[in-house]
Order: sequence, then C-alpha cells, then structure tokens
Amino acid sequence: MPAPEQLRIIFKHIDEPGYTNDIGCYLRNGGYEVLKKAVARKPEELIDEVKKSGLRGRGGAGFPCGVKWGLVDRKSGKPIYLIVNADESEPGTFKDRYIMHQDPHQLIESTMISCFANNVKQAYIYIRGEMPHGARILEKAIAEARAANFVGPNILGTGYSCEIFVHRGAGAYICGEETGLIESLEGKRANPRIKPPYFPAVLGLYQCPTIVNNVETLCHVKYIAEHGGAEYAKIGTPGNTGTRIFCVSGHVQRPGYYEFPAGTITMGQLLNEVCGGPLPGRKFKAVIPGGSSAKILRFGERFKGKRKVGTELVDYDWGVEDVPMDFDSLGMIGTMGGSGGVIVMDDTVNMVEALANINAFYSHESCGQCTPCREGSLWMKKITSRMVHGQARNEDAALLKSVADQIPGRTICAFGEACSWPTQSFIAKFGDEFKQYPETKKTAKPADAVALV
Amino acid sequence: MNLKPETLSKIDEVITHYPTKRSATLPLLHLIQEDVGHLPPDTSEWVAAKLELQPINVLEVITFYPMFRQKPIGRRHIKVCRTLSCALLGGYKTCATFEQEFHTHLGEVSPDGEVTVDFVECLASCGTAPVVMIDDELHEKVDCAKAKQLSDQIKAEAQKR
Repeated sequence: MPAPEQLRIIFKHIDEPGYTNDIGCYLRNGGYEVLKKAVARKPEELIDEVKKSGLRGRGGAGFPCGVKWGLVDRKSGKPIYLIVNADESEPGTFKDRYIMHQDPHQLIESTMISCFANNVKQAYIYIRGEMPHGARILEKAIAEARAANFVGPNILGTGYSCEIFVHRGAGAYICGEETGLIESLEGKRANPRIKPPYFPAVLGLYQCPTIVNNVETLCHVKYIAEHGGAEYAKIGTPGNTGTRIFCVSGHVQRPGYYEFPAGTITMGQLLNEVCGGPLPGRKFKAVIPGGSSAKILRFGERFKGKRKVGTELVDYDWGVEDVPMDFDSLGMIGTMGGSGGVIVMDDTVNMVEALANINAFYSHESCGQCTPCREGSLWMKKITSRMVHGQARNEDAALLKSVADQIPGRTICAFGEACSWPTQSFIAKFGDEFKQYPETKKTAKPADAVALV
Repeated sequence: MNLKPETLSKIDEVITHYPTKRSATLPLLHLIQEDVGHLPPDTSEWVAAKLELQPINVLEVITFYPMFRQKPIGRRHIKVCRTLSCALLGGYKTCATFEQEFHTHLGEVSPDGEVTVDFVECLASCGTAPVVMIDDELHEKVDCAKAKQLSDQIKAEAQKR
C-alpha cells in the first residue's frame, strides 16, 4: 500500500519559500483571525472543543490535552499559569525548533487562545538554552504581537489581559519534565517534584494551578479553535486524532520532518517510501520510534495479539514495517510514540555501542536526586563504556539488565523509566549481540567504522 | 562584578517578569555570562544580593546546568553534538577534527586562545546530523570536510584581528 499524502496543518508554512517569521507575513496569511474569533466566545466553549477533539499531548506522554485542562483547580482563587514547554530535548526530536524559528506567531496565537480559554493572565515560554536565536525570535514576535494588541493588557478591547515572557533554560534535559521545568522556572535546580501532591494542575508554578503544554500541542489548539473539535477529530484515527509530526533521523536516505494524519502511516511506509529507505548497500536493523528513551524495535521481529478495531477484537500479526505509527499501536507492541522522534539504525551499527551512546546521555542528564536513577544510569554507562573501550565480559548483559530492572518505579519522575528502557529493550531484542560482543571485539573493525561512544 | 550598563538595565528589566525574584536566577546568570564570557567567582554573591537569596541558592544553580561555566573559554565556543543521531552520522569524527585543527582537547582553551571545543548532548536538530553550534550559530551536516572548512574560517577571522 502506498504511503498516504502528508497533511501539513502545523507545518503548513515551514520551509515555504518567501514565508518569513515577522507579524506582517503572518497577518497576510490570515494570522490572528482565530484569536479574534476565540476571544468573542466563552472560554468554556473553547475547552469543550479541545475535549471533543481528542487532542493528545505531543511532548511524549500522549496525555489528553482536554483532560489536562479539566484537572486545573479553578476554585482556589490563585492565578492560573500556562507554561509552553519548548525545552525540546528528547534525542531524536526536532519539530518544535522549526515552529519557533520559522512560524513563531503560530505559537503565540495558539498560546493566547489557550490562555484565554483557561483564564490565564501570565504565560511563560520555557525554551531550551541551546536555542538562543529561537528565544530572540520569540521575544521579537511577542513584542510585535503586543504592539498589535494580541498580547498584553486589554487584548482586542475585550478587557482580557495576558502577558507572555520567554524564559531560557541552560542545557538540562530534565527541564523537559514538567515539574522539573517548574522548579527551573522558579530559579532552582530542575529536580522534579513528587506527585502527589505536586500535580501542576493544582500545585504548580509558585504553588499555583499551572498548565504545561508542548509547543506542538498548543499549535493544534489553534487549529481546533478554528475548525472545531469534532472536525479535528475526523483527522487521523479514533483515539489518535489530528496530525502527527515525525522527526526521522539516523540511517535513512531522506531524514527530516513529516506531518501525517495520526495513525494512517506505518513504520515501513514512513521509512521506505517517505524517507527513501536505507542508505545504499545497507539494511535496516533497528528503530527507536519515539525519542531515545522509547524501547527499540528489531527489524525481523513479529508482534502478535488482538486489538480493537471499532467495537470488534481482531488479530494482528505485524512486522516492524506494518506497525501503524500511533500512540496506541506502538504502545501495544511494547514501545511508545513518545515525542515522534524516530531514530533509525542500519546493519553497520553494533548495538552494544549504540546503547553505550544512549547510556552516556542519560547518565549525564540524570538530575541526581533519586539514588536508583543517579547511580543506575551511571553504572549502565560505565558498564557499556567498559564493554566498548575496555574488557567485555559474557556476564555483562545480565549485569546491565539487573541494574536497569532496579530503576523504574523507584524514582520521583519518569526519567527512571526513560533511562532504563533502552538497556532493557536493547538486551531483550539484541541479547545475542551483547553475548557475542567479547568475540566481536577480537575482529578488527573496518577502517570507515563510525564511533558511537 | 564589572558589568556593562546595558547588562545592568537588562537585569533590572528581567526581574520584573516574575512574581518572585528568585525566578530571575537563570536569566541573570545568562546575562552575566554573555557579558563577561563566563561566571566569575563573585557571581553567586552578587546575584544573591540582587535577588535577596543566599549565595548557595545561586551556586547550586550554576553547578547544575551544563551551559553555565565558571572558567573562561576560548574566544569562540565550538559545541559538537555527541548524542545518538549525530554519532550515527559521524559526530565523533567531527569533534576529533575540531580538536586536531586547533591542537586542543575537549573542554580546554586552545593554545592560541581562539576556541574551546566541547562535546555536548543533543542539540535538537537530529535530521541534519551531525550538528555543531559555534557560539550562537547552528551548523548542519558538519562532516569532517565541513569541520575543516569552519575551522579555516575561524582561523582566517583570527588572523584579521
């Protein structure tokens, strides 16, 4: 079956020749018309549209956005904050970068609609420290929007006021975790908070109710406000509505970003047709489907079981290529859609070395407050690094697994899971390669071999 | 602390963005680092006084975030992405090329004082791997040849000075 056509609603203007990131260009393309209509509606109506849309968060967890908004404590009398999570930092993910650099007003209009819907008077955009240009572009765009009365006091004469400020991170991955982000925005180390009691919807920024949404998620809200939740839900598949942006990197002919109706494209279509297949003379070996913490898939393995199609239960028997790229299908086969970052590895890659690379990342990024994660991620790095650069032992796979198995469920935040899933899944899927590694090391590597760690 | 007047006015402005002064810790550290080039030893005391905090509240932030540095670096900062997508396409060789070109080692100031090369984690541009940031500029698809070319550019600019 040929791959479906791309449907670019969020990336509509990305890479469009002549499209610039100033407000003039945005207005010429119909910009801020949705905000003008939105502020004339009741906020509850907008929240209802988002609930109807079935929109799921695009930052990684896929949590329904309408539910998240519904959990916000609106009776406390405290101000409600909205934070745009622009700390795009899950390896393999690079979609928000393009929205912020090329179409910043889309994000600002979407943010203002979401703020209005939730009666938010102050929003912050928490952007990665490594995107200094992005921060400047957003600051300029906010100033333009403020001058045009789309942001700031008495927006469009409605009496509703809301400010947006840009806040720069400083290179810590954990700030993508929403409670870590909140701590960081409060001026502290980004140590995530324990839930309960610190659910952001109740006790978030400055102990006030807070909504934290990913950049892309908010952009979908603008589309939903424009077309209605029911219309949005017609895109994609039930439970996986709207479009999904896939960021493909690694060993494919055409890496990049591709936006499709959610659940309509399979891994095989995405990698072989859209991305042009493997590099010349190579074969796909493995793929990580949703950012580097998602569990790895091995080409050649099969997934069998029963799944719901409408109201019926039907059998499925998929190879990696057959898996639809949606939250539920990827969840069913034991991995996740996560942030949409698809990392592809071909047959030149040794999986011990690839894991050593990932482990070095997680060990560097653990915030350090929970012992299982701080020590576990460090030991997984030390073991895999020793296997590659020092002596590899037959029992290393079992040792790695035992370390990884003792982390998840024992930490304050999901980083514990994120850092253990790669080790657990690499060993489950490529255990043979770990066992053979002491032997593999005895044969000399080809001169053009790529170092991964 | 000897900061430029425009840095001081930016500092006073950014504090107003937040209901609590402590929130301005990261913005202040960024502004000081952009002005001075690194965070000098009296940073914690100075920021703490400005934001009505204890110096340890600031120091613990400086040591947590990888982008803050307490020592001077070379005139240009070369940050090569180390993470998986870039490594799969040769990031380690790219990094080694910069080290060789400037006769330096990771994290050190090169002998001519021109650059500091760092190997950093994911820069969120995995589709154009391997990527490198030189100061604020992102460079895409930096293979060894392009790394050499960028190094030559930096050297040429240094000669003109």
